[in-house]
Amino acid sequence: AVVSTQSTGAHGDDKGKLVAIVDVIDQNRALVDGPCSGVGRKDINFKALHLTPFTIPIAHSARSGAVRKAWEKAEVTKKWSESTWAKKLASREKRSQLSDFDRFKLMKAKQARNRIINIEFGKLRNAARKAKK
Amino acid sequence: MKFKCAELKEYEIVGRPLAKNDEKMPVYKMTIFAPDEIVAKSRFWYFLRQLKKVRKVNGEILRQTEMSNTSPTKIKNFGIWVRYDSRSGSHNMYREYRDVSRTGAITQCYRDMAARHRARPHSIQIMKIEIVKAADTKRPVIKQMHDSKIKFPLPHRILKFNKKSIFVADRPSTMRPMKMGSCDTVETCAVEEAWGLCE
Repeated sequence: AVVSTQSTGAHGDDKGKLVAIVDVIDQNRALVDGPCSGVGRKDINFKALHLTPFTIPIAHSARSGAVRKAWEKAEVTKKWSESTWAKKLASREKRSQLSDFDRFKLMKAKQARNRIINIEFGKLRNAARKAKK
Repeated sequence: MKFKCAELKEYEIVGRPLAKNDEKMPVYKMTIFAPDEIVAKSRFWYFLRQLKKVRKVNGEILRQTEMSNTSPTKIKNFGIWVRYDSRSGSHNMYREYRDVSRTGAITQCYRDMAARHRARPHSIQIMKIEIVKAADTKRPVIKQMHDSKIKFPLPHRILKFNKKSIFVADRPSTMRPMKMGSCDTVETCAVEEAWGLCE
């Protein structure tokens, strides 16, 4: 079975949660279960899912308990949170939660970093100019 | 008429003709799929009138209960026997749907009949709905799902509209890495469960 994230808000509160595809109902729907992410077993349209590269070895239509065991054994949640995809989602989420003060701090931090970069760049550029002459 | 709701509900309606004196009247029970209670009652009388000499005026509904889903997490194959009126006559049909609930399957049936035969809900009569074992299913559309190693790609993936990019310079790519594979690994599972377990 493949693990996938739920993308859109048809099931609004389950948005973005990790879920395992336990079975295929028909061409458009899958039976899905997320015992370790708090999503109850239900049928869902493929359009609301994003596949992740993680799979867990369960039989089709395995029960929630079996899914949970396989999930925990494969440490899916951990692997997911370490993936770039998950990190990007997390940073996107964080960015949207920033307060004005946070954005100010961010601006200052970026400024400080860019100054360091530009100073180094300036040094290299001057060195190159001198070398040309 | 009806059926614009998300999913139909299953009602069990029990009714009987009104007793004049103390005589015992026969009691009739029907399973009706309808969007709400009122339509369910209406359909109950509609069918009962066709089958027995009772009318709503001369009858009473003894009980109406909404039947809940017995196993909403198990995928089942439903065989539905339908009778419908086409433009030129009345026909019987046997249709199969794969769903998680009876109401889901019946809803699919109504939508499907409308799509394939332009049949309106008022001209459709559900005669029987049964869970069918995978081995006994007839329709290839359903049978093709009976594969424990089922795999299919989701080509031309159009994702839900992203508010950020309503106008874009280039056409977005629909080639997204999505390939559906179910239970590829057999290591942990020694026995393959029989498909389409009955409840």
